[in-house]
Amino acid sequence: MSSVRFEKASRVYPGSDTPAVDALDLEISDGEFMVLVGPSGCGKSTSLRMLAGLEETTSGAIYIGDRDVSDVAPKDRDIAMVFQNYALYPHMSVADNMAFALKMQGVSKDGRLAQVKDVAELLGLQDYLDRKPKELSGGQRQRVAMGRAIVRQPQVFCMDEPLSNLDAKLRVSTRSQIASLQRRLGITTVYVTHDQVEAMTMGDRVAVLKDGVLQQVDVPLSLYDKPANLFVAGFIGSPAMNLLDGKPTEGGADVGGYIVPLDRDTQARTPGRALKVGVRPEHWRIVADDDPGLPVEVTLIEELGADAFLYGSATDTEQSELAEVVARIDPRDPPRKGQSLRLACDPARVLVFDAETGERLTA
Amino acid sequence: MTTTTPPLAPETEPEPPAKPSGGKPRRGVSTIIVRIALLVMVLVWTIPTIGLLVTSGREPEVVSNSGWWSVLSSPLDFTQWTAQNYEEVFTARGMGNAFLNSLVVTIPATVIPILVAAFAAYAFTFMKFPGRDVFFIVLVGLLVVPLQVAFIPLLQIFGEIGIVGTFPAVWLAHAAFGMPLAVYLLRNYMEGLPGEVIESAKVDGASHFVTFWRLIIPMSTPALAAYAIFQFLWVWNDLLVALIFLGPGDNEVVTVNLSTLVGTLGSDWHLLTAAAFITMIVPMIVFLSLQRYFVRGLTAGSVKG
Repeated sequence: MSSVRFEKASRVYPGSDTPAVDALDLEISDGEFMVLVGPSGCGKSTSLRMLAGLEETTSGAIYIGDRDVSDVAPKDRDIAMVFQNYALYPHMSVADNMAFALKMQGVSKDGRLAQVKDVAELLGLQDYLDRKPKELSGGQRQRVAMGRAIVRQPQVFCMDEPLSNLDAKLRVSTRSQIASLQRRLGITTVYVTHDQVEAMTMGDRVAVLKDGVLQQVDVPLSLYDKPANLFVAGFIGSPAMNLLDGKPTEGGADVGGYIVPLDRDTQARTPGRALKVGVRPEHWRIVADDDPGLPVEVTLIEELGADAFLYGSATDTEQSELAEVVARIDPRDPPRKGQSLRLACDPARVLVFDAETGERLTA
Repeated sequence: MTTTTPPLAPETEPEPPAKPSGGKPRRGVSTIIVRIALLVMVLVWTIPTIGLLVTSGREPEVVSNSGWWSVLSSPLDFTQWTAQNYEEVFTARGMGNAFLNSLVVTIPATVIPILVAAFAAYAFTFMKFPGRDVFFIVLVGLLVVPLQVAFIPLLQIFGEIGIVGTFPAVWLAHAAFGMPLAVYLLRNYMEGLPGEVIESAKVDGASHFVTFWRLIIPMSTPALAAYAIFQFLWVWNDLLVALIFLGPGDNEVVTVNLSTLVGTLGSDWHLLTAAAFITMIVPMIVFLSLQRYFVRGLTAGSVKG
């Protein structure tokens, strides 16, 4: 087990001007579960493949422990990789699949057998050891792919969207299994996903990438509460944060006539520039018609049982359409579709961003 | 939802019975046409073969007096059947020796190009080296070179080495002529193998050699078998290359032997058909026993299924 460090690591594909991964600086400490998340094409998979040695590092360096592995062959990096489509060896039994890497390391047959058996027990695969991959269900294949990685006891696990081929229900249960397994084994893990819920629930820390550039690295809750910029604010959280156009005004931000009060520090940082006012769906509340608030016409109510979400179009004082908004509401007493009402936000939880640079202005 | 279905139902109800009854006969007619066409083709292709087999098993006098189809009226008249024809072509006419020669020629001439082409296809698919694409294009371009063009230079080269008329000469010639197609087919197949499996092997610490033997070869079995069948049939049935590089004589193969027999035994149908059937039997067995490998199915289960 050891730490992983990306130092200004970049990957430029031949024939392309823009780097797929641009000067990535990232430190992952020993035993940490680090999730790389971002939309497709953001460079998260490329970063992982650079760590695994499947993708060349054009410039910069990658360290595993204190060793610079930038030019080391994949097999000498002491990593194990779990692929999105599992990449099991189709003609080998489950046991042979799991023992393959050990065989390559020259472990004796008895040694291999014992280790494979231990791991199979850990993953509940004892009964399937003689089967071929095609005789297994998707979830079982996924576990074999995990087992193949675990059996090697590597320094680092690299996981490239290992859950995306499972159905929704299995994905949720496997998610927690992988996370608890990783805590138990204590092996440094780099996990790539495009699903922000997976990122938030599994990672010790989460790194958000966009267009090859690292946007923010932090523990999940801090990403949620204090996103560094507009992109992170919009990407983390489901339903997404409401990002409304506003302009600075006396005592706060003017969102289509609704004045959102801001504290002094934030106001000091917003001299005359266009703003984006970010409100999480749960920070809205329905207020009386004569209270200050944003007039909204309800277009859709989503009832999930524990929660309900109101989707509506907000209008400004001139009755022209301002934005679509989402608010979490009381699931036991939802408004009707088509109803007009007023939403006010919790000023203490509002985030304000510079509309031009995207930087967060609220402390 | 529930309010819209009742008014729709009466309208659509009369239609469903009409639709299948309108579609079914048409589908039925086309199936029948396809079946008839298939049946005709099967008959056209198999009747001569059956005639050949029947004739080769009849007494010489019966063969010259009546057509093979006359056995249909009296198949159980055992006086007309004999194995004598086979015995004669096998021993007196050299077919036995030629049969062994054909095996000696065909098996290495199938295995050598497959082995070499599989190595080449692996390199073309999974290894990066300068000029890879150019090499591949040149190699595939060789597909258009007709083999007759190479006979004279090859005979000269083989003459200098002193292997004309020996088995290695045909092995080399067949292996070389079969190579472009083999490399092309195998590379295309390997390119379709899931790349993650090879990457996974790389991470697991497998060398190129191990990856090739333990993963690529087993996963390429359908393509290897398909090509092996083609090459085997082509080499076994080949007359031209065998005649030029081996010629008639001790090393002659079945096709050469058969063509000699056609010249010497012009009207002895009972012997010619027996010889012809011996020539055919191996390709038939090979095809029937290996045809299931044409079905690709080995990679199922390695990636999302």
